Amino acid sequence: MSPTSEPLLTYADGALVLSHRLSEWMSNAPTMEEDIALGNIALDLLGQARGLLQHLGDEDELAYFRDAQEFRNPLLCELPNGDFAHTIVRQLFADAWFAEIWSALAADADVTDDVRGVAEKAIKENAYHWRHSSAWVVRLGDGTEESHRRTQDALDALWPYRGEIASPAWYSRVETVLAEATLTTPPRDAWTQRSSADGWHSEHLGYLLAEMQSLARAHPGATW
Amino acid sequence: MTDNWPLWEVFLRSRNGLHHQHVGSVHAVDAEMAVANARDVYTRRGEGVSIWVVPSAAIVASDPSDKDELFEPALDKVYRHPTFYEIPDGVANI
Repeated sequence: MSPTSEPLLTYADGALVLSHRLSEWMSNAPTMEEDIALGNIALDLLGQARGLLQHLGDEDELAYFRDAQEFRNPLLCELPNGDFAHTIVRQLFADAWFAEIWSALAADADVTDDVRGVAEKAIKENAYHWRHSSAWVVRLGDGTEESHRRTQDALDALWPYRGEIASPAWYSRVETVLAEATLTTPPRDAWTQRSSADGWHSEHLGYLLAEMQSLARAHPGATW
Repeated sequence: MTDNWPLWEVFLRSRNGLHHQHVGSVHAVDAEMAVANARDVYTRRGEGVSIWVVPSAAIVASDPSDKDELFEPALDKVYRHPTFYEIPDGVANI
């Protein structure tokens, strides 16, 4: 794989891993409507991941037969769902990250047509994801005493994972929503986790991959 | 969640030019969430180009026990159907 492909692999792995995390909510979300909403977002992310992985190589080989240290997703994407507030704040962070990625790729004259196609489709999908996650953050943060406390807890827990994905545009997007949600945004220069770019991941990714990859590894090449 | 969120009736227009049709209902705390939930639940397969949501409590329904007096008198009025007219050959668009 050429070095220039590495950012695309980071985006693809981020979408793939986050998609899997969201799919873990299926049948467990707070309401049936939200269950389907999270499922829709998971499927959008899966489609985006597939589009980029197909560009980078054999999508099944890349998704199912790499080990954790070969994945390049930001740590944020692999973190456990936690409670609904954790999932929603994680999604807000990720949606803001993807918003910058897709608009940059769509405007990049140097990317190939297939990648630009993925980006142009993803811009619309991401716009809805952002609307969903930002609306929920405001509802929860500016909601009841309990929902505010849980969402602030989620924000404080996830803020250290912004380092790999944050840009000035990311901060302004996210901070605007957090302010509207009456949450206390930690400082931009607060400590952050190290990057996963060199293959270091949290312990959580291995368990996620074990579930995601076990079928394909037990039955290589299986179709249905 | 101890109390159910309010119920909203969902209407979709499948194509421009057609009218909205009732497709089901969703729970939501307000109108904005009702539109979002309707989008997520009822337009996953490209079913719609427009969504209406209406609080279910705002729907006024006829009483099922009134159906004899409301609907039965129409059953034997076959002349109300437009099947008794000969359409002249010169009339287009019918």
